[in-house]
Amino acid sequence: MDVRLKYRVVKSKLVQVLIIMLAFTITLPLLLIIIYIFKEGITEINWAFLTQIPKPVGEAGGGIANALAGSLIIVFTASVISVPIGIMGGIYFSENKNCWLSNWGQISVDVLQGVPSIVVGIVIYFWIVKPLGGFSAFSGSIALAIMMLPIIIRSTEETLKLIPSSLKEAGFALGIPYHRVILKIILPCGLSGILSGVLLSIARIAGETAPLLFTAFGNPYFSTDISKPMQSLPLLVFNYATSPYEDWHKLAWGAALILLFTVLLLNIITKLTTKKWNVQF
Amino acid sequence: METGVKKIKKAKLPNRQIRMEVVFRHSLISAGLVVVILVLGIMLSLIWYSIPSMKALGFTFIWGKTWDPVRDIYGAYPFLLGTLLTSFLALLISIPFSFAIAFYLGEYKPRSWLSGFLKNTVELIAAVPSVIYGFWGLIVLVPIVQKIEMKTGILPYGTGIFTASLILAIMIIPFAASLGKEMIRLVPASLKEGAYSLGATRYEVILNVIWPYSKPGLFAGVLLSLGRALGETMAVTMVIGNTSMVPKNIFSPGNTMASVIANEFTEADHTLYLSALIELGLVLFLVTIVINLAGKRIIKRFTNI
Repeated sequence: MDVRLKYRVVKSKLVQVLIIMLAFTITLPLLLIIIYIFKEGITEINWAFLTQIPKPVGEAGGGIANALAGSLIIVFTASVISVPIGIMGGIYFSENKNCWLSNWGQISVDVLQGVPSIVVGIVIYFWIVKPLGGFSAFSGSIALAIMMLPIIIRSTEETLKLIPSSLKEAGFALGIPYHRVILKIILPCGLSGILSGVLLSIARIAGETAPLLFTAFGNPYFSTDISKPMQSLPLLVFNYATSPYEDWHKLAWGAALILLFTVLLLNIITKLTTKKWNVQF
Repeated sequence: METGVKKIKKAKLPNRQIRMEVVFRHSLISAGLVVVILVLGIMLSLIWYSIPSMKALGFTFIWGKTWDPVRDIYGAYPFLLGTLLTSFLALLISIPFSFAIAFYLGEYKPRSWLSGFLKNTVELIAAVPSVIYGFWGLIVLVPIVQKIEMKTGILPYGTGIFTASLILAIMIIPFAASLGKEMIRLVPASLKEGAYSLGATRYEVILNVIWPYSKPGLFAGVLLSLGRALGETMAVTMVIGNTSMVPKNIFSPGNTMASVIANEFTEADHTLYLSALIELGLVLFLVTIVINLAGKRIIKRFTNI
């Protein structure tokens, strides 16, 4: 082998090694974060942690029951609002191409996907919090519903695109009305794809804090009334992590652990269900 | 459509079915409309509520260097600078890693368990809530940066623009990486095979075939991560130090547009203050729209070839 050729081959190998090293560096921060939060959080989690509300500063113990319940209620309400609209919107965009509403709708979905979450919080503050006269869990749910919407629409649309049109045509040929073709033939075929889109969107918003700052606001007490301020896990982590008190930091670590694992678990479940569908979001 | 309905009526199908169909079509259309109305509504509300500050401050809002709500002076320059510094620094840090991941997954090892592992890692990085990045950054990263600052003789705040950029860089890597991977996979095999058959090494193929072909796609991925970085709130708010001074260098504490909104929105007690904060939100909104739409446009043009 002459020197020039050797040089080229060695250079190619070196670049390969460099790329592999750079690429796998990314696993480092993820591992560090997971291990650190696990180490700090696991010692906090026990029965009292899950069933009690936070104690005032200075008293040891206390738990995050209010945040757990709050997160569940807020996310559930957001899903109830967003899932039907999102799926219907997705059906509309996959069925109608090249009409003005569809074109503008596509652009709007793109825009909505990129809107900074804090901006959604501001807008909901003026749309709902101000007119109703106070912070409420309901307004937080609406803000999260807006964040979910583009994800559900996109995943529904992408899933339905994969379903062969011959299925739909067969339905029409049998004289079945349009709505029944969609609801009874097309939707069941794409159900698992759509469901995983919904799961993914829940995983995305479960950890959202910024839109809740001016809407659900947080609440140190246990509350299940969606017209009142409510605590949620990410809000609790934010408020307690930035506080100067050691006890509150401990609560925040426990809450962060629960939040992190819920979100990662949701993502893994989504991955397992999408494997079959090969849908790219 | 009109005639179709009439014909079905003549055929004496059950009336209920027809009514259902009309209801169904209308609800589909309204679901589509909801999205458009939402976006328009968000934009109009932001503009409407920032009118007081636009009227009172005009362009001094953007170039004013002091932000002092007590004296009713609102200049957004420190936050604009803070946002640009953190975002571009984060991009600079993240690009080598995200491109490396894109090339590894797209070209070197598209299918193996190791690349499956890497792909899942990247997706989980994108999934971790930003408040958790912030918390981790505050407790783990800030002391490390503080130590580095002490060694180099800079004021050891620990929190600041550099720390925020580090956290942001981790958070935005997945966006550029996963899009870049898709774009690299789109390079026609015949082009690569042609280069290989001429005796090119793998590095030369990447440099002379894949890179020129997928450059716009990779650029679009970088744009989308920039959009993320600009709007990211929680993690940045927790580690940037939150002062309204103009940042002197990349290690000094500062504020971004998003973090100042998060910190001061609930404290804003008079109209002009609130309105100035909303104007910041409007700027943020418009900038991210432009960046996102440009990114999507590039991707669309690229995938249609």
